Amino acid sequence: MKKTPLYERHVALGAAMTEFGGWTMPVQYTGVIDEHKNTRTRAGLFDVCHMGEIDVEGPQALELLQRVMSRNLSGQRVGEMKLSAITNERGGIIDDVTVYRRGREHYMVVTNAATQEGDMAWLLKAKEDFGIAGAVLTDRTDTVGKVDIQGPLAEKILSEIAEGDLPGLRFYHAMETRVGGMNALVSRSGYTGEDGFEVYAQAGRIGEIWDLLMHIGEPYGLKPAGLGARDTLRLEAGMMLFGHEMGETVTPFEVPYGWITDLDKEFIGRAALKKQKEEGVRRKLIGFELVDRGIARQGYSVLAAGEKIGEVTSGTFSPTLGKAIGLAFVPVRFKDPGTEIGIEIRGRRVRARVVALPFYRRRKTGGQ
Amino acid sequence: MAKPSPNDRKYTREHEWAKDEGGETITMGITDYAQEMLTDVVYVELPKVGRKVRQAEPFAVVESVKSVSDIFAPVSGEVVEVNQALEAAPEIVNKDAFGEGWIARIRMSHPAELDGLMTAEQYEGHIKVAPR
Repeated sequence: MKKTPLYERHVALGAAMTEFGGWTMPVQYTGVIDEHKNTRTRAGLFDVCHMGEIDVEGPQALELLQRVMSRNLSGQRVGEMKLSAITNERGGIIDDVTVYRRGREHYMVVTNAATQEGDMAWLLKAKEDFGIAGAVLTDRTDTVGKVDIQGPLAEKILSEIAEGDLPGLRFYHAMETRVGGMNALVSRSGYTGEDGFEVYAQAGRIGEIWDLLMHIGEPYGLKPAGLGARDTLRLEAGMMLFGHEMGETVTPFEVPYGWITDLDKEFIGRAALKKQKEEGVRRKLIGFELVDRGIARQGYSVLAAGEKIGEVTSGTFSPTLGKAIGLAFVPVRFKDPGTEIGIEIRGRRVRARVVALPFYRRRKTGGQ
Repeated sequence: MAKPSPNDRKYTREHEWAKDEGGETITMGITDYAQEMLTDVVYVELPKVGRKVRQAEPFAVVESVKSVSDIFAPVSGEVVEVNQALEAAPEIVNKDAFGEGWIARIRMSHPAELDGLMTAEQYEGHIKVAPR
């Protein structure tokens, strides 16, 4: 099990630790609901050093990425960040990643923790198969550290130690800057549905950035937040998690990733996805809320007329909304908001209703 | 830190308490240590009144944001009352696990079972070595 450079700090803070994607990660410090609400109202600090970073460099860097990414990156400018899926030949999702363009011939692909090795192997194979000699791949996961600062006060806190025009940084844009005097890449983005930033720096210096943010952020009410809150925050924001909503048997058109899939360019999986788009998908990922009491969890059956029609992919109690919410796959005829479905909880049928995503939308403040 | 376990009741290894109310009836709930481990109780599934249970049988469920935990009957018998207040306010379990956060009352069919449970002192020793 791998430990992030911040491991000792989590233990000192009394965090409950858990295994996630091969890493020992903090699941909570004081409590999921407390950390969740603090991130929504003030700011939360997250250790996300477990995520993978792969540098793609050289004159053919873009050419390689175009072959593996569902997203068309041809128009991506330096300083822009794009969400994309990587799909296999059948159109199934191998990973969902963010791609940063850091220079004319320099991209950084940020992967999920559990998929990082597979992604690296996939990119290397594509480079080989397509004979793209002018793209060099380097796995930087162990040398890059990453923390996310998220919440309405994130900009104020980070501005105190980050150089450059942070307030002017637009959503899904990044800047090469210095944070606490250390070289860093900062993007306005995140996985919580709040305004906030992702901060990348050398793994050996990320602890100093964490300490500075904790210190500077204290009067603002910044608190560390664990994977438990990260999960409830992203779910309220209707964001998907690889291994729950996505996997190799799920295509971008079955989940809300059609918008990052460009069938007008050539990439692995395009033919299968084009066919699926023409024929129409059979199932869709939907959001639901429970009408009766209870909490739906991953793997529970979705019911209609006494039959199992689908499965819950994520489910929890929403701290912001005060009710049970979840995501599930259902046949397309059940996809519309307002549709009544059932969820089987410990042998009992509990009533639920399809609702539009996201469950929670912040009031716009900065960045967009 | 968990509140000390009161001496007026017995305890199970699975962190339930059972308090003798006389008339061969007990009140049961989960310990303060258990609620502290769970944090943020957001749902309690209560058993039906009238349900017959056997000792150590799962008969209620307590859910936190992250986890689903079975609650086991500390003794055999019949469920005669449940704490309906927990349906609207499950967080009472966090606030007062040994008191207002009680879960059910059971009329014992084998009262001797209660004697076999741990004392407060034994339970305190148990949680010192219990895995977190």
